[in-house]
Amino acid sequence: MADIAFLLLIFFLVTTTMNVDTGLARMLPPIADSNEKTTQDVKQRNIFTVLINKSDRLLVEGKPMDVSILREKAKEFIANPNNDPDLPEKEVKQIDYFGAYEVPKGVISLQNDRGTSYSMYMHVQNELVAAYNELRNELARSRFGKYYDDLLEDQQKAIQAIYQMRISEAEPKSVGGKK
Amino acid sequence: MAKFERKGKTGMPAISTASLPDIVFMLLFFFMVSTTLRETELFVKIKLPEASEVVKLEKKSLVSYIYIGPPARQYQSLFGTDSRIQLNDSFKTLTDIRDFISSEREAMSESDRPFLQTSLKIDEDTRMGIVTDVKQELRKASALKISYSARRVIHD
Repeated sequence: MADIAFLLLIFFLVTTTMNVDTGLARMLPPIADSNEKTTQDVKQRNIFTVLINKSDRLLVEGKPMDVSILREKAKEFIANPNNDPDLPEKEVKQIDYFGAYEVPKGVISLQNDRGTSYSMYMHVQNELVAAYNELRNELARSRFGKYYDDLLEDQQKAIQAIYQMRISEAEPKSVGGKK
Repeated sequence: MAKFERKGKTGMPAISTASLPDIVFMLLFFFMVSTTLRETELFVKIKLPEASEVVKLEKKSLVSYIYIGPPARQYQSLFGTDSRIQLNDSFKTLTDIRDFISSEREAMSESDRPFLQTSLKIDEDTRMGIVTDVKQELRKASALKISYSARRVIHD
């Protein structure tokens, strides 16, 4: 009896993989209908352009930037705390728990080259998601005194409505070079 | 008066092994429950990138996997060292993705189909060109929910 149990035990010991799959969840935009070109006009001040070139360098809002300060810059852009006229506009909306609240309208536009390395791309994605997560956390702390993850579902929804994750990835363009 | 006797050289009494099967069974059940058998063999080498903001993928039954990376050593003579796409158990090309997604959809129950999620397991040294192509194919197949698989690291 014990022998069989041991045998099974060793089998399961060897075959066990306890990895939980983790990753950055994202929604792709639905494919654009080629018949009706829906070009949405977004004001320049509402767009935060992030370009990554083939040698993994960043160009943010037309200026080269190191990836280490991207998170801070993105947070400043998304929240626009000082109502800077160069940063995104705000729109007053009715939001549960908050009442009339000025919701920023910024969109982050991410564009990469075919030669960009995947690790750099993920690094940038991670920083942008981190910027949103930090802002949501800060708001949750100041309004509810709790971390965002500990809030009720309704409260999380309210915060999501204020800091809605808007990271748009441009339609791929093939720029120079073959393949 | 109490008498203390020493029964010669007794030494340590032998440990009873009667509870050993219980322990073994307990361990056995633990591993049986926590085991997930690897269902696909990887033909590509994948070192996932690191990220701190990752979320867990819920409900494994809703997730289908696309692997992209350089072929493992034994396949390099056949397929070269450039990143390739693996779907299920073979190397595939971009055009196969749509069929793959529709067959994954077919295999799911009707109520689950809108929740299909695609997990992209991509080697960190891959160039974005192939990833962009795959994403375009996924958009065409309207499998819009994706997850860029990454290892969790905690900075600071």
